[in-house]
Amino acid sequence: MTVTAPARDTPAVATASHSPVPLWRLTAVELRKMADTRSGAWLLAVVALLAVAVVTVLSLTADARFDFGGLLGPTVLPAAVLLPVLGVLSVTSEWSQRATLTTYALVPRRMRVAAAKVLAALALAVLAYAACLLATAAALPFAGGPDPWHLPAAALGKAGLFLVVNVLLGVAFGMVLLNSALAIVLYFVLPIAWSILGEMVTALSGPAQWLDLSVTSGLLLEPVMTGRDWARLGTSVAVWIVAPLALGLIRVARREVK
Amino acid sequence: MIEVAHLTKRYGAQTAVDDVSFRCTPGTVTGFLGPNGAGKSTTMRMICGLTPPTGGHATVAGRPYRQLPNPGREVGILLDASAQHPGRTGRETLALAAQLLRVPSSRVGELLTCVDLPSSAARKRVGDYSLGMRQRLGLAQALLGEPRALILDEPANGLDPEGIFWMRGLLRDFADRGGTVLLSSHLLREVEAVADRLVMIGNGRVVAQGAKDELLSGAGMRVRALDPAALRAALATAGLSASPADGGALLVDAEAEAVGRAAATAGVVLLELQPGRARGLEEMFLSLTNGTTAPEGTAR
Repeated sequence: MTVTAPARDTPAVATASHSPVPLWRLTAVELRKMADTRSGAWLLAVVALLAVAVVTVLSLTADARFDFGGLLGPTVLPAAVLLPVLGVLSVTSEWSQRATLTTYALVPRRMRVAAAKVLAALALAVLAYAACLLATAAALPFAGGPDPWHLPAAALGKAGLFLVVNVLLGVAFGMVLLNSALAIVLYFVLPIAWSILGEMVTALSGPAQWLDLSVTSGLLLEPVMTGRDWARLGTSVAVWIVAPLALGLIRVARREVK
Repeated sequence: MIEVAHLTKRYGAQTAVDDVSFRCTPGTVTGFLGPNGAGKSTTMRMICGLTPPTGGHATVAGRPYRQLPNPGREVGILLDASAQHPGRTGRETLALAAQLLRVPSSRVGELLTCVDLPSSAARKRVGDYSLGMRQRLGLAQALLGEPRALILDEPANGLDPEGIFWMRGLLRDFADRGGTVLLSSHLLREVEAVADRLVMIGNGRVVAQGAKDELLSGAGMRVRALDPAALRAALATAGLSASPADGGALLVDAEAEAVGRAAATAGVVLLELQPGRARGLEEMFLSLTNGTTAPEGTAR
């Protein structure tokens, strides 16, 4: 039976191995944790399948003539809708499965773990975006209109930002609620609630223009965004992402791990 | 190596842990004993910086746990074997920890072998594991960073008798190589078999602590004769005080030799002569286990 010897190796090795876990390593681990569970792997597979389906259907539709920028928006949508769930689960599954007992025993500085989760969600969005760009490019020869490779830099940036905003929304909801079911339901129900309420209550339709993140983030997929549009987006991001994230960080830092 | 000083935890009016102090030194296994709800897990979580204490402090390797740069390389923790993501395979669970601790991934395989989880089991998801398998996985995770100390909460739960025997050997071996082990249990017998030192708590307070041998001995000799009356007379003649024990035996407050000589002088046939079990400790433990977990004991 080989049992770990408590004795140390050479001091040099020991010192190196006792340095704190660097943030990039923590981020890499968090990114891996998003994909290595059954639910995570399925979710990613579904996102990939939907993205391919969207691209395929759009390029096979006879009268659809897209340029790069036009096709990119629809391709990004499945990821923008479903990857936030992964962001939610990245935070909440640890608390509901009590895996925090292990996570915070290995890395007691909870803010570092939280930062790594946010960075991992950003990395996930960037990777997904890269995949979407590839899928779009691959479909262009079939779907392309007269100027298929037309992709303004602004459109390239905004579609990526759209994905980032959505994934961060998931992380923020997860962190403030620390409960998978609640956070996921709220994430899906909130835009519906906004649109229903906005139609029924006329007084709400005005604020909805500024506070309904599903509407304001949708502006990122429009060809042109005015300064007012950016202000609307900024407001709803502050309310639905920045504020919950800040509250969530406080909750995570204070909550007793059991 | 592990030092606990006046740790206290209150939840509202209820005191879960009340002024608990003890220390665990390298080369020893410390058994942390107490009935369910006595405050063992809360104390261990406070040691590991997971639960903020109301008062007192704890250090591991001379520092508060949360200030250890890479704690997994210093101390292996297993607080709850079930606290793992069920959708991850056993091997992946270890691989993640290995990546964090910066130990070579080959150690994952070594430890799976060490804790006797075959590769077929390691490929399964933790959600499909029995409690015993989770304990083995948790122990592997605790050992992964080649720590010098182990903190294990009820590690024998769910293990079969063979598994318990195996784990005792592993912990004994770890301590004999200079490691420090703190393990909790609600079973006196289980801890007795492996621990050098015992810390017993009830209702959040330490009720007894010290070297196991000291705590468990000191109860004199247990002696049983063919003719109990003759034995009692013989002991009285020799000036030894005796009290009745279970099974018709007597508990004598004297060395084995003195008891043997007294019996031999009187020609009494002995059936049994052995160190008496520490009835004090065992009775204390039983009284802790019986009903004193009720809240009135903790309310002050």
